[in-house]
Amino acid sequence: MLSKETKLDMYWTMLLSRRLDERAWVLHRQGRIAFHISGIGQEAAQVGAVFALRRGYDWFLPYYRDIALMLALGYTPRDFALSMMGKSEDITSAGRQMPSHWSLRSANVPSQSATVATQTSHAAGIGLAIKLRGEDKVVLTCIGEGSTSQGEWYEGVNWAAIHRLPVIFLVQNNQYAISERVERQMAVPGPAAKACGLGLDGREVDGTDIFQVYEVIAEVAEKARRGEGPSLIEAKLYRITPHSSDDDDRTYRSREEVEAHKKRDPLLIAQAILEKEGVLTPKKLEELEAKAKRIVDEAVAYAEQAPYPVVDDNVTRVFAGEVSHA
Amino acid sequence: MPEMTLIEAIRQAMDEEMARDPNVFIVGEDVGKRGGVFRATMGLYEKYGESRVIDAPLAELSIVGVGIGAALYGMRPICEIQFADYIFPAFNQIVGEAARMYYRSNGEWTVPVVIRAPYGGGISGGLYHSQSVEAFFAHVPGLKVVIPSNPYDAKGLLKSAIRDPNPVMFFEPKKGYRLIRGEVPEEEYLVPIGPAKISRFGRDVSIFAYGMMHYYALQAAEMLAQEGIEAEVVDLRTLAPVDKTTILESVKRTGKALIVHEDNLTLGYGAEVAAIIAEYAFTDLDAPVRRLAGPDVPGVPFSPPLQEWFMPNPEKIANAARELARF
Repeated sequence: MLSKETKLDMYWTMLLSRRLDERAWVLHRQGRIAFHISGIGQEAAQVGAVFALRRGYDWFLPYYRDIALMLALGYTPRDFALSMMGKSEDITSAGRQMPSHWSLRSANVPSQSATVATQTSHAAGIGLAIKLRGEDKVVLTCIGEGSTSQGEWYEGVNWAAIHRLPVIFLVQNNQYAISERVERQMAVPGPAAKACGLGLDGREVDGTDIFQVYEVIAEVAEKARRGEGPSLIEAKLYRITPHSSDDDDRTYRSREEVEAHKKRDPLLIAQAILEKEGVLTPKKLEELEAKAKRIVDEAVAYAEQAPYPVVDDNVTRVFAGEVSHA
Repeated sequence: MPEMTLIEAIRQAMDEEMARDPNVFIVGEDVGKRGGVFRATMGLYEKYGESRVIDAPLAELSIVGVGIGAALYGMRPICEIQFADYIFPAFNQIVGEAARMYYRSNGEWTVPVVIRAPYGGGISGGLYHSQSVEAFFAHVPGLKVVIPSNPYDAKGLLKSAIRDPNPVMFFEPKKGYRLIRGEVPEEEYLVPIGPAKISRFGRDVSIFAYGMMHYYALQAAEMLAQEGIEAEVVDLRTLAPVDKTTILESVKRTGKALIVHEDNLTLGYGAEVAAIIAEYAFTDLDAPVRRLAGPDVPGVPFSPPLQEWFMPNPEKIANAARELARF
């Protein structure tokens, strides 16, 4: 049973992610950053999953919409702001990667590329290593439903299923791969249905309800720790924003459709649950909003004055344990 | 010193490294009970068990992707691709992921994985069991590319590759697996990744080669010696990072350079060696740089006369070197 404090912490993480994400859109429209890819509408699935696992112990291979997941793992708004602006202190890549290409060694988050589904076989490999060493860690890897069309994805999941590896494949089904709807990605109703063909446990969960996601992930994580193998969890949700700051979703979906889904905003759903339980009061909410604004303001201000990387020997270093080769 | 074949040396390297480091494991198709289709892992399944000599599903990208994941966790996987021809499904994992991990994370993450693959023609393998794929990978910053030509180097370089914190592509000349024999010391040794080796000294012409073509280049040099032409033979051994120093040293001494590979000519590895020589040793040259390579067709044909036409051999190498020596 989740404590009142934990529930509030989960809500806070979602809220902070939302306000940071919204600020990124503003900064982009103001011409202060080059690019943003959003996780708005997906925070419940991401935060719910992380809180069900052991932070600093389990392993995480996120995808580019996992801003809330990363904040839940200890990545800070300041870290994100530095990355958005390509500043030297960007802890994911020192300004080499576009924002949202996560890496956080301290939280067991390996560096991610933009090529979708490549993290799936890495997750299987990490699961294999955990099994070879006889440990009880769990690997969580996230992906969008469109990317489950990749051969990469099938091969990685297949490995985990064959060897009963402790991996949770969390598919955040936000209904769209840029402009393409689920029906253009698969003949089955959704990614969870693919599990039976691959030989692992597949389940759907309402990805807009953070507490339902938490319950499911906690259950399959325990199963994985007991050596009972991988699971495929499809979190059903909706991408409220365009694909990225370069996309215009008015070209392929109606405003009415988007507005309808905004009523199922995971942040509002969590808020309603917590208000009903008496965990969240209007006064507390006001406090949290003010705190989020302060943190995001500070993060952006810090990143804007932070230095860019300099072109030095480090920029040509391509091998570990050696000097520059260029 | 005991004499052994190339493939025995490769097997011994893996055996010793697995005995030394519990993080080392092998993953690939048929590497377990079968001991590999070329028998490179013969006996290792019996010795180390199925958890360290893992039969993979028939899917190359995940052989490499799973290896990368395990390497990120701190293991030392050796991924076997059954034939270099089948490495392309894993190209994205090797080039997009393994090669870039260290750079893109500013050194936070490393991928200590070895990807072994038998390459090369002359074995009646046709288009899809004969390819030389080294140029694709030597082009990629972040990958080391190694091709041994003899048992001593194969063992020492493979042991170095397994201990290297970076991804290493290890291409093995399969025609030479049982054909090439050599002495291998009983005591522990490593051959460093990086340096080329002048395997035969000569003053008239430098022949640059690697793998099976190096074996043939030595035979060609022997033939030329009978005619009074002293060919120097340089075994490049590590294609990336390239050993510019040894290449330039040799060409400055002989003034003539012949580069041999069985991969097809255009934008093959020889183009890079030729460019290095043109850029840094132009005034030392007494003749145009010459490349002898496979023809620009999409693969080694199967039928014996067609295969013979495709493949460089000691005679073809001797002919090219002779012409160059007489220039």
